[in-house]
Amino acid sequence: MEITFRFFASLSERTGATEGKVDLPGDATVRDLWDELGSRFPTLAEIGFTPMVACDMEYADWESPLRGVREVAFLPPVSGG
Amino acid sequence: MFRLQRQPIRLDELVQAVREDGHGAVAIFLGTVRNHNIGRKVLNLEYEAYPAMAVREMERIGRLVLEQYDVDRLAMVHRIGRLEIGETSVAVVAASAHRAAAMEACRCAIDRLKETVPIWKKEIFEGGEAWIEGAGGPMRPL
Repeated sequence: MEITFRFFASLSERTGATEGKVDLPGDATVRDLWDELGSRFPTLAEIGFTPMVACDMEYADWESPLRGVREVAFLPPVSGG
Repeated sequence: MFRLQRQPIRLDELVQAVREDGHGAVAIFLGTVRNHNIGRKVLNLEYEAYPAMAVREMERIGRLVLEQYDVDRLAMVHRIGRLEIGETSVAVVAASAHRAAAMEACRCAIDRLKETVPIWKKEIFEGGEAWIEGAGGPMRPL
């Protein structure tokens, strides 16, 4: 299945990517996607924080299944205000 | 009214959007761009958002606050893009019959916004620039 990933703020700066697509097996989880992205973007290993995750714009956790999900966003700790 | 905008926030417009004749109180919180942070001289800030999710989160906070407090109307507006020192980056406006509920709702809404709404600021300071990650200031360790 094809999943769109999105990076924001320091994550997009570090990887040079704001979004892209990854093809994953049907039973994949958020963690599997992150591992796949880690091999595509080695600089992700250096970020120094655990991103928050949103599946189709709802906060999710690392073990969330991706079946039926269109877009997964990896979010640095937020700092609005 | 829950939105992101590039242009300056107009407070009169927000007050007008929430105030009704049955209200005796409108509480307002404004976040403004400070010229210093953790010992650095700040020159300006650059705000980025995950726009659609940020608005959804603000709407979710709005529903929660309206359930939890005796307020009738709430507005939250956040700027994105480059902001200069002294500009308003965020406004929260709550209206109710009496002041206590409006003030408490306002406080709750901005606290939650800073925790969960996907917006980030990059600080451009004298000598460098850095993304601020987490409400506390510099990066949280793993």
